[in-house]
Amino acid sequence: MTDYTDKIKEIAKRVLAEGKVDMVIGFRAGTVPMMNQPHYAASAEAVEEMIWDSNCGLNLANYLTDKKGKIGIIAKGCDSRNIVTHVIENKIKRDQLYIIGVPCTGMIDHHKINAMFDKEILKVEESGDQITISGSGFSETVSKQDLLAENCAVCTHRNPVEYDELAGELVDEQADVDQYASVSKVEAMTADEKWDYFDDLLSTCIRCYACRNACPLCYCPTCFVDESRPQWVGKSQDPTDVRTFHLLRAYHCAGRCTDCGACERVCPMGIKIREFTKKLNKDCKELYGWEAGLSLDQRPPLDTFKADDPEEFIK
Amino acid sequence: MKLIKVDKKSLDQGIEKAKSAYRVFGPVKEKSDHDFKLLDKEQLPDLDFQNTRLSPKSVIYPQSQIMFQYSLDESKEDCRIMKEVENVTSPMAVIGVRPCDALSFPIVRRNFDTPEYQDTYWVKAYEATTFVGLACNSACGTCFCTSAGTGPFGEEGLDVLLIAEGNDFYVKPLTEKGESFVQAAGWAGEVESAAASKIEEMKTAAEASITATVDTDKLRDKTTLDLYDAPFWEEEAFSCINCGTCTYVCPTCWCFDVQDETCGKSGIRMRNWDSCMFPLFTHHASGHNPRDVKYQRVRQRFMHKLKYYVDKYDNGIQCVGCGRCIRLCPVNIDIRRICNKMNSFDAESCVCEATSS
Repeated sequence: MTDYTDKIKEIAKRVLAEGKVDMVIGFRAGTVPMMNQPHYAASAEAVEEMIWDSNCGLNLANYLTDKKGKIGIIAKGCDSRNIVTHVIENKIKRDQLYIIGVPCTGMIDHHKINAMFDKEILKVEESGDQITISGSGFSETVSKQDLLAENCAVCTHRNPVEYDELAGELVDEQADVDQYASVSKVEAMTADEKWDYFDDLLSTCIRCYACRNACPLCYCPTCFVDESRPQWVGKSQDPTDVRTFHLLRAYHCAGRCTDCGACERVCPMGIKIREFTKKLNKDCKELYGWEAGLSLDQRPPLDTFKADDPEEFIK
Repeated sequence: MKLIKVDKKSLDQGIEKAKSAYRVFGPVKEKSDHDFKLLDKEQLPDLDFQNTRLSPKSVIYPQSQIMFQYSLDESKEDCRIMKEVENVTSPMAVIGVRPCDALSFPIVRRNFDTPEYQDTYWVKAYEATTFVGLACNSACGTCFCTSAGTGPFGEEGLDVLLIAEGNDFYVKPLTEKGESFVQAAGWAGEVESAAASKIEEMKTAAEASITATVDTDKLRDKTTLDLYDAPFWEEEAFSCINCGTCTYVCPTCWCFDVQDETCGKSGIRMRNWDSCMFPLFTHHASGHNPRDVKYQRVRQRFMHKLKYYVDKYDNGIQCVGCGRCIRLCPVNIDIRRICNKMNSFDAESCVCEATSS
């Protein structure tokens, strides 16, 4: 995917020069391995900093919320689905945007890769589908497929669903992946086991809210955890309050989550946040045949009513 | 004070022995990373780590801490009277504090322990604690402690410094508190005659392993408003998602928020770590927010650490160079980059957009 960089720069410079957009939102190289930085370019000079590789896992749609003016944005499959979600939720207008689509072959998982090595990783290089990870006294080359973030490994929408121009050829979508394998494991647990499972997941949460703030869906002007009149949730490390935050946030994302994995990617404690949203994604698919952000013309299942909506779960 | 050398087994036995007199904290690997925990009986610190994910500040300053309790029962005489909760002051010891983190305690003390005000919770816990450091033989790529007033063998803020050498440890008591801990641990063992020069060599090698630096020499002479109005803040803050990661993992971030929680007829007043990255941090009751947009909040964090603190205390920057915020920031905001930008900023030569057009 590294060869997209030149094409992205070419398009970005062109649309800026033509006055189609005021800025282009993309990534620039980060200062530590596996960490690129969301960045905007409003000039050809700033475009030169732009980069594309397998460390562009953050969801850039998050940077569109309430933006004015004309904006160019680099969008892989999941970003484009969140852009669609922004448009249908009236957060931004489609004609404000120039979407530079990036067919994606998945992003690598820095949590997983850091855990693979006892020593500090000082360099991660990408060449085709091979990733070379090195540090003081070690160097290992691994197939990118084995290093993919879990959401990327089961992604079935790698190509952007909405774009004005592509930065590369469309890629084959993954078939034969079980998107919900992790959910099935949890579904098979007893109630007590589920409780323990989720309790353990949250045991290290420090309530920094990185998961919420990296999520393009979490754009409420005042999040329920920040309300003070009434105050719905306590602010301490009390496990009840920590659970309340995560569970309510997950439900706010029901029918809207694209499984972009930004929440999990940004968690400083490495918590598997997607475990909270995946079941809701699965339910939406099974009950309503719905996957979020695939079309500008369809309303999400939880803000529409149809006479034949399933109701077996109402007891 | 006398330099001692012990092997790993004696070190561990000493830590176990010291538990009869101290509550002992140390790095423990849970899930994928090390963090400081209160060690149970028979539980030993895992000293095979570069640095912990979270700093040891929580040992002295827990993320959530109950300060007062009260009753709302009108039939009781003490209804609505805030009563200070018992503030535990039994001796504590933290093993394995890296020198960068050790320096954070004297820095934070400038805020919590002043001639005018003493934060009783922080001060009592701090005074009850013995800090047993562990020198760094090799640095992380994100460490810049030598630019931040300390170094891999730095001693400021420590009572004892441990230096790992193969399977042995040099034990260097630095204060009376440290001497007492060494006695409680029963650590004793002669060092070879060349020990001092050996340690000096190790220190030089460790310092040479630090590849990251920042420049801070010009920060104090800058005009505050020039830096405040510098044109780079919006661009540098663009990627920020306003989470609390940088502040919560930082050993020197000290801000907290006070909350009351009631349940039935009793209640508690507590404090919780707060973050200047959160919009709520400065949200006034009137609805006005003086730091309404994110670049103002990002600017505040760096101006506080690298300018306001520098000016107020004349004691360097409010940063120890541990690099946690660099490693853990989800969107790669790098304090080294910002610090160098601030240090080299020249308001005179800056052509702002407003004046150039």
